[in-house]
Amino acid sequence: MVFTGCRVTQPVRRFGTTGCRASGIARPEPSTHPSRMTVSYENSKAVFDGIKAAGIRSVSALPETWLGLLLQRAEDDPEVDLIQVAKEEEAVGIAAGAYFAGEPHILLMQNHGFFGAMNGIISLAQLYSVPLCMLIAVRGHWGEPYPWHTRGGIVTEGLLQALNIPYHHARDPALVAKEIAEAYTLSQSSLSPVALLLTRDLMEV
Amino acid sequence: MERVQCLELIYPEIEDKLVVTIMGACAQELYDLGHRENFFYLQHAMGLASSIGLGLANHLPHEKVIVLDGDGSALMNLGTFTTLARYRPRNLLHIIFDNGSLLSTGGFESHTTSGVTDLAAIARGAGIEHAVDVDSPMAFGEAFVEAMERDDLGVIVARVDAVGPDNYGMDFALPENAFRFKRCVQERRAATGWTAPPMPGHTGAA
Repeated sequence: MVFTGCRVTQPVRRFGTTGCRASGIARPEPSTHPSRMTVSYENSKAVFDGIKAAGIRSVSALPETWLGLLLQRAEDDPEVDLIQVAKEEEAVGIAAGAYFAGEPHILLMQNHGFFGAMNGIISLAQLYSVPLCMLIAVRGHWGEPYPWHTRGGIVTEGLLQALNIPYHHARDPALVAKEIAEAYTLSQSSLSPVALLLTRDLMEV
Repeated sequence: MERVQCLELIYPEIEDKLVVTIMGACAQELYDLGHRENFFYLQHAMGLASSIGLGLANHLPHEKVIVLDGDGSALMNLGTFTTLARYRPRNLLHIIFDNGSLLSTGGFESHTTSGVTDLAAIARGAGIEHAVDVDSPMAFGEAFVEAMERDDLGVIVARVDAVGPDNYGMDFALPENAFRFKRCVQERRAATGWTAPPMPGHTGAA
């Protein structure tokens, strides 16, 4: 069966009963169907390794398809403290608490979750000069086959610009670790939200 | 019961706790009792005080974290009860002053005014085991002492009158509160032997 809710666009079988929980993280089989792309196993690992290489062990997230393999790694890694939220705006508060505690923290969300977190970003992070390092999966952009993602994909960059949030597109797995460290560093030095946009080129195969 | 009575009761007890309060009347009443460096006043972003509390409590197991919330703010982030229940920070107490009113923005009735909506029941339904509802200073004080002695996540919903202070104002800017609160939290953490991690990419050169 295929669940076609707006934040889940992949066949459920990818994380099926023979998957990661019992025997490590399953490598999804590449799909040949043009609108049934598969999340990149290697590049999800590159992003996760980049988060750890930046010295970050505290993660808040709301699961979404492109972040699935990444979050499984975070969940399975005893060094990483993962809090899954019910709505992305909660993660802004959790990130502020981690920041006050001195704990390097990263937020993982989809662009539609970024929209839902916006008042917290403005009226907590920006108002109080609290840094946020956000990794945002940008759905609904070039090559998007699913209509329900498209409106959000079209407005994402405009909203980031309207909020004066510096952003950068991560496309190359060889560069993503460096880009994560740079995003984190800029968030801390500018005391501001910063967004690294995870693109289709990076997250799908 | 007035909220300020509850705050006066716990004020001596929260001297050594990390306190996150919501905006408006609650923040002002706490401030008027006397600011401390371990108090953070979230003057906007309604609903996120409890999320900040979770972020603090999660990384600071040696601390007790007190969140002072309101019905209007809690109603804006009901999902927080489910997140708190799932991760169950044992060092977090979530106090919700339920005055049935959006007092700071003109006193419009909130959804709890009618008595139909029960925030403590919502917290219990979300999976928070220790969630109580109190309507007298005595009951509030007892619930607070019990929560402090118990090593577990707790919610206290305190039914209070919809009244607040006559004057509003604090003698610091909002980011200054954040900077000083962070410094306070990290100095206390450093006293446990913790050292702040270096920032990636920082070479020491300008």
